[in-house]
Amino acid sequence: MTPGGVALTLLGGAVLAGTVAVSERVVSRSARKDRVTVVYWEKWTGDEGVEMQKTVDGFNKSQDRIFVKYLSISGVEQKTMLAAAGGNPPDVAGLYGNNICQYADANALMDLTDLARERGVKEADYIPAYWDFGIYHDRLWALPSTPASTAMHVNAKLVPKDVASPETFPQTFEALDRLVDRISVKDRNGALKMAGFLPGEPGWWHWAWPVWFGGKLVDGDRITIDTPEARRAFAWIDGYGKRFGVGSVQSFSSGFGNFASPQDAFMSGKVASVLQGVYKANYIRLYSKDLDWFALPFPHPADRPDLAGRSLVDEDILCIPRGAAHPKEAFEFIAYVQRQDVMERLCSAHGKNSPLAKVSEAFFDHHPNKAIRLFDRLARSPGAFHCPKTGMFTQISGEITNAYQEVSTGAKTPKQALADAQLRIDGLWDTYQKQVLMR
Amino acid sequence: MKASRDARVGILFALPWIFGFLVFTSYPLVASLYYSFTNYSILRSPSWVGVSNYRELAGDEVFRKSLANTLLYALGAVPLGAVVAIGLAMLLNLKVKGMAFYRTLFFLPSLVPQVAMGTLFLWIFNGDFGLLNNGLRGVGVTPPNWLGDPSWSKWTLILIAVWGCGQAMIIYLAGLQDVPVSLYEAAELDGAKLWSKTRNVTLPMISPVILFNVVMGIIGSIQTFAVPQLMFPGGSPARSTYMFAMYLYDNAFQNQRMGYASAMGWVMFLIILLLTLVSLKLTDKHVHYEG
Repeated sequence: MTPGGVALTLLGGAVLAGTVAVSERVVSRSARKDRVTVVYWEKWTGDEGVEMQKTVDGFNKSQDRIFVKYLSISGVEQKTMLAAAGGNPPDVAGLYGNNICQYADANALMDLTDLARERGVKEADYIPAYWDFGIYHDRLWALPSTPASTAMHVNAKLVPKDVASPETFPQTFEALDRLVDRISVKDRNGALKMAGFLPGEPGWWHWAWPVWFGGKLVDGDRITIDTPEARRAFAWIDGYGKRFGVGSVQSFSSGFGNFASPQDAFMSGKVASVLQGVYKANYIRLYSKDLDWFALPFPHPADRPDLAGRSLVDEDILCIPRGAAHPKEAFEFIAYVQRQDVMERLCSAHGKNSPLAKVSEAFFDHHPNKAIRLFDRLARSPGAFHCPKTGMFTQISGEITNAYQEVSTGAKTPKQALADAQLRIDGLWDTYQKQVLMR
Repeated sequence: MKASRDARVGILFALPWIFGFLVFTSYPLVASLYYSFTNYSILRSPSWVGVSNYRELAGDEVFRKSLANTLLYALGAVPLGAVVAIGLAMLLNLKVKGMAFYRTLFFLPSLVPQVAMGTLFLWIFNGDFGLLNNGLRGVGVTPPNWLGDPSWSKWTLILIAVWGCGQAMIIYLAGLQDVPVSLYEAAELDGAKLWSKTRNVTLPMISPVILFNVVMGIIGSIQTFAVPQLMFPGGSPARSTYMFAMYLYDNAFQNQRMGYASAMGWVMFLIILLLTLVSLKLTDKHVHYEG
């Protein structure tokens, strides 16, 4: 090798070594030499990320033994799983509530039951639906970071005065249908211009349609998609395609923008009523602050008054992946987030309700969502429900969403679509039991 | 002595690549073949299940649907992409002023990242206020719902594939510039017109390039992932755009069925191999190599 070649190789080596050293500094777990560093991966970016960072800063200031390092990670649920498989997971992971069962089945999470008992974190401190989220096979796997409950949101300007209040707006699906027929607007060519309601908007919770009609997705040891309640729900959904025309709904819906944008169907006045979470008010404030809206419980079938006042609840969670380097310190941080003052500040900043049983009056008084008491009440109601407790939730949701699309595009009847979905989920469940649950 | 020293230096320089190839390509390849015969849920050790993943694939309705979608997509996107790329390459092979500018202009779209492209086309193909449908309405055509109607959604993806034909176009252009001018002159002396020259001189002379691009197009089409994943989450509507690679990804990273996904990966490899061999066999007599 010539002297020039040697020099070039040495230079290259030096650059490589420098890069390794710098990158190691950037990603190192030892952000602080004087404290135990807890690495915390979270999905949130933007304002939500900033508010969680404030919580982390509060914890770091509150004691001098542990330093939590907050990292916003896209695709956090998949990366956490892969990092756990690789033996180098974060100490705390901010996942979605519907990940819990699947990750527990996959042996990816640490059982928090004993740590919670030691720290005095207990069921009585929480609204039942939110505590229940973290329980699977009688063990605790996660605690909430921020929760949500859902309600029907109504644009008061788009509905007649006689129904423009939470008290007078339709409470049943049948009454809602009549209102939709009354207020929806089509142009001369029959193209939809404003819909009173559309089951496909926002399209996030298709798995819940059977539950709104009284069905159960998991019944004992069976996954039950094709039930009389589901058929009834899908017949109701099918009615909207028939009411407006499948093509007309497709064309109209394709003009809807993202829910967090001014082009959102509800905020832009294209749909008069929509099922949405407590956080919707954040976006209304941001993109459509003059919108005159109110919220009320989602409707129920007229012949099932026992299903009145229900709410689909959801939750972002904090958990400790299996193989985390500092589980005790990680739980100390999780327990800090559960403190009433800390939780209320975070939930208020995120525009959400609190998962805790005890909520201060100041939380309600200063909350940015004017309907916060309704969302709190709905979360506490016995009818509050969350995603089914099974590691198969992703597949169940996928199959029901597909069945929904088959029905709403007119490709299949509700009966056909649900029967096909049931057949497929039976096969998947059988495989899951053998391969994952080792039954 | 010098030769062996040169070889040592050569191997030394190639070592990083050899290391990378062994660790990041060869090992995953062999490992995925092993995993395809196992039940592997990432966090548990793989357990041997023989051919049961492959047997399950044979009866998997969604697998068949995703495979059919992918093959239909390839059947539309590859020929259409080839025709457009050859056409553009021919136009860009003309002797006109400012050709360097035009060549850059037509190549630029293929540099756009897939995610940006998907987002852009979501707006263009929007059924209600999209650029394309507004144009169609302007000329009195009732436009389809490109994104929401299952009978149109695959066509949307096929049309989008044409957008990225810049890479193939550049290769065709290089091939066209390699065609000897003397052949065109001889054809003109025989009275050949444009179409005759194209059919009898240009296409036969660039046939190896066409074959190369078609094979690469088949491989790319069968692996297509980013644009449909972004534009049609979950293969919506009603799995009409659910591609093979999307189903593979969902099994691996959402359902944690790495063994099943590995089996799908090997089926994909065999399909690509088969289609490549069929392409080579079918075109054997129509591809002309110089010399």
